[in-house]
Amino acid sequence: MKHLSVLAVLLLGTAAQADELGLRGSITPEIRYFPQSASNSRQDSTDISVAGEVTGKYFFGENNSQSIVVTPFARWDQRDHRRSHYDLREARYGIIMGDWELRAGIDKVFWGVTEAVHLVDIVNQVDAIEDPVKQEVRLGQPMLRLRTTQDFGTFDVFVLPYFRERTYPSADGRPGTDIPVDTHLTSYESRRGENHVDGAARYSNSFGDVDFGLSYFQGTGRDPVLQPALSSSGDLVLAPLYPQIKQGSFDAQATKGAWLYKAEGYWRDELDTQYEAITGGIEYTFYGIADGSDLGLVVEYALDSRGLVARAPYEDDGFVALRWTANDEASTTLLGGAVVDAKTGATGFRLKGERRMSDDYLVSLEAYGFAGVPPRDPVYNIADDGYVQFRVARFF
Amino acid sequence: MGRLSVFACLLVLALSPVAAKADTLPPATDPAARGLAIATTSDARDKGWGDAKADMKMVLTNASGETSERALQFLMLERPEAGSGNWSLMTFDRPRDIEGTALLTHSSLKDADDQWLYLPAIKRVKRISSSNKAGAFVGSEFAFEDFSTQQVEKFSYKWLKDEPCGTLTCHVIERTPTYEASGYTREIVWIDASDFQLRKIDYYDRKDTLIKTLTLSDYKLYEGKFWRPLALDMANHESGKATKLVWTAYQFHTGLNKADFTPAALERAR
Repeated sequence: MKHLSVLAVLLLGTAAQADELGLRGSITPEIRYFPQSASNSRQDSTDISVAGEVTGKYFFGENNSQSIVVTPFARWDQRDHRRSHYDLREARYGIIMGDWELRAGIDKVFWGVTEAVHLVDIVNQVDAIEDPVKQEVRLGQPMLRLRTTQDFGTFDVFVLPYFRERTYPSADGRPGTDIPVDTHLTSYESRRGENHVDGAARYSNSFGDVDFGLSYFQGTGRDPVLQPALSSSGDLVLAPLYPQIKQGSFDAQATKGAWLYKAEGYWRDELDTQYEAITGGIEYTFYGIADGSDLGLVVEYALDSRGLVARAPYEDDGFVALRWTANDEASTTLLGGAVVDAKTGATGFRLKGERRMSDDYLVSLEAYGFAGVPPRDPVYNIADDGYVQFRVARFF
Repeated sequence: MGRLSVFACLLVLALSPVAAKADTLPPATDPAARGLAIATTSDARDKGWGDAKADMKMVLTNASGETSERALQFLMLERPEAGSGNWSLMTFDRPRDIEGTALLTHSSLKDADDQWLYLPAIKRVKRISSSNKAGAFVGSEFAFEDFSTQQVEKFSYKWLKDEPCGTLTCHVIERTPTYEASGYTREIVWIDASDFQLRKIDYYDRKDTLIKTLTLSDYKLYEGKFWRPLALDMANHESGKATKLVWTAYQFHTGLNKADFTPAALERAR
């Protein structure tokens, strides 16, 4: 605890200096409490952690058409040495030449339209230890990206020369699978391993109310097959295997007044098998319900042709979420969401509230939990790792 | 020759459509036509601004006098084609927790506006509903509809009277939103009779109660042609809250084009 406060003071001091240099970022201490007893003796019921991120942006050239953006991220965690990690989220050069744009370096892209599951978003690896449920936090991906925007749409071509492994907690970390993933035992289908050069392409456009994208990816799959194995010390662990995949995908959204209709899905070829996954649903917002606040409703469904396998927790699942936005100066929001597996009845839920304090702080309280998870459901492994988390983010 | 050029100047002045319109507003006996003509003249005076860049600071004051600030960068594109509304791209600089968040609006005169939101933390461009016309913009006293361009076609008009406003004379007209989901039944608008600029707007809510007043001041002339109010004060009479907008660093004809206002371009917003 003493270390933490020293660290916090140091980081806040750094924050003040960063602002003078034109850098932007945040420092976010957090505390977590796990109400259920741990599945192994190395895990604990509380955890303290601090994350920090800084972005430096530099624009130059005629009309500021060239840019360099660098965003390092780091987290320190009290219990889990794997969750204590750092990553270069971005370190890229960009140049715009008329209708063409080229970017080179470590970068991040997002594909897709749905809220609950992000099926088609494949370019950047999931930083699963940061964001195990929403999977929106991603690792920086080395890439060369060429884009052209024409009257008939936007084309992107990606060359991805290096592969990033998914992050997993150690045996000390929560939430974590009952059998921990040992990334020392990572293997690849390709003999080139993490140096296999992947490629991707995307076309996107919008016609009136409809926005859509068609994408193709070929290379090392981002979600590994987890196989039981023995670690160097003889413990039972899960060893990740990253196969080579080919994936075609689509995403589409129609925006009709306060109604949004969304769908995305992929067809994938992997280890001589083919499978599909699709998700979609609706989003509707009731505007100005009380004191100018809004209530948004999201209902989505996800289907995976592989059925109940550990890699695809959402194989026949429905999602419901309510988002209340106060539209006040503090940007207060409350979010409640639930996911129900139609086959096993397993239910997961998430509650989150956040608001701004003064101009530079964002305070959030978040809870994850599970109920009625039978052993055959893929999330059974982490069902005893529900938690409550309190965060204070200081922005500069 | 000298006499001829003086004559030519006079002729140009006389033929100038703006001058002609101002002199020939429909009579007070036809308040609808007179109101529309005033709005049309005001709009015509602003034609040809092309594209613009500007910075905006918002100061939000609550009922007990506490303030909070937002800062945004604006890119704007005039769309001269008939039926097309103007395009804008706004990027937040403060508060810091939404720094880099950007909103792209393709406004339309007939249909709903097209809007895309850029979330920089996850690099996501999201098409969003534009039905939230009456909702508060980032907790301010400005509704989304107060920000959208005040195109003539979005209202019907009725001239009420001419009266002094400060040192100027103003046409006072009532305008009624013709688009869906407006939070207002009507607005009373003060437009000065010399430059045809908005000076004040009274907003009446759905219960037809005077809810807000916007005062536009600190007008500055750009490129000898385009007036812009650099200070806008919105007072909410019901809540006692207020929001002040201060515009700085206006630049016109900066070379922006359609490609700078696509969903793809949102990803390079700074």
